[in-house]
Amino acid sequence: MTSIRVTETPLVTYVLRRADDALVLGHRLSEWCGKAPMMEEEMALANMGLDLIGQARALYTYAGEAEAAGHDEDALAYRRDERAYRNLLLVEQPNGDFAVTMVRQLLYAAYADPYWRAMMSSRDATLAAIAAKAEKEMAYHLRHSAEWVVRLGDGTPESHERTARALTMLWPYTGELFETDSVDDSLIEAGIAVDPASLRDTWRATVADVLGRATLTMPADGYMQKGGRSGRHSEHLGHLLTELQYMQRTIPGATW
Amino acid sequence: MTAPHPDDLREAARRIAGAVPDPEIPVLTIADLGVLRDVRVGPSGIEIDITPTYCGCPAMSMIATEIEIALEKAGLGRPKVATVLSPAWTTDWMTDEGRDKLRAYGIAPPPKGAGRRALFGVDEVACPHCGSTDTTAIAEFGSTACKALWRCHACREPFDYFKCH
Repeated sequence: MTSIRVTETPLVTYVLRRADDALVLGHRLSEWCGKAPMMEEEMALANMGLDLIGQARALYTYAGEAEAAGHDEDALAYRRDERAYRNLLLVEQPNGDFAVTMVRQLLYAAYADPYWRAMMSSRDATLAAIAAKAEKEMAYHLRHSAEWVVRLGDGTPESHERTARALTMLWPYTGELFETDSVDDSLIEAGIAVDPASLRDTWRATVADVLGRATLTMPADGYMQKGGRSGRHSEHLGHLLTELQYMQRTIPGATW
Repeated sequence: MTAPHPDDLREAARRIAGAVPDPEIPVLTIADLGVLRDVRVGPSGIEIDITPTYCGCPAMSMIATEIEIALEKAGLGRPKVATVLSPAWTTDWMTDEGRDKLRAYGIAPPPKGAGRRALFGVDEVACPHCGSTDTTAIAEFGSTACKALWRCHACREPFDYFKCH
């Protein structure tokens, strides 16, 4: 089915970016269904995926209302092409092994937890309401992934090695968490968005605490990958969207 | 026959909607859970607000449908059911009766006064079977998004814990 074109005001772009983060990471977690290392983690990963997809639904619905062009949550999720997606490169990275999934979750949740908590004071009432839900959920994701990163890092030589490798691989995607552009600037000015620079110390302290307990070394900030917020993605997002969007593209408007 | 007073109508709708069981924990009603937020009599009929426990709670659309069926069956017409996010649901909204029902069902109820959770788990959870606090978490997530899986060292039974949220 043909793709839609979204008329992006700063608010629409800002909300879509958060919605895309949540949908893409939620979809990644759902890819573990039937493959998790144990039954309890199977439940955990699916439940966390569900939290994120729930957040994405609320955010897409709001982005559609803000755009006021008749695009509902499904149109925004299923009928935008890869280049129209605005998510962080971090969340689209493939699941890899369990260590990669847990490190990715830790790096994102350690950011999203204080981010949504700060967004509870947004001047935008809808974003503040979504934030109050998401904040509690992300606190739980943070706790879950932190416990696993400690267990894996401070586990066997092999689990330590794999977790260290995951950290090295994902670290270059963390710079984007704190990036801002003119979209952010205007909304920060208006009291609608949070300045991500104000979250950096909290994020670093949380990650450093977990990595310390996990006997892992925090990587140095070197070259950072960027581009997700403006639609320039790694090669992985297209494959993810192919699977995510297949049914609606093939049978437009299909419902349960 | 005179039309029922709006207050009576609202109270009847609240009673019937509130009695709808939670699809995932049928021992609790949505009133016990605090998921039923508001019942109003509007110009075109009854309006009901419900709130999700978690953003992705898959039971929300089923709860909305069950409320519609229950009110229609009672002859009150089809209500307009809306989902509201604010203020965010917390386990503090669960009634004391709901907590007792959960415990009797074998699920440890959430403690009152939901605070910020620590980065690493520090919850003390009493076993719903024997009351011992000599318990440990097995997994942060149980059979539904709102529960975790715990184990009691005193009576050796595993149990679900309705997470403080």
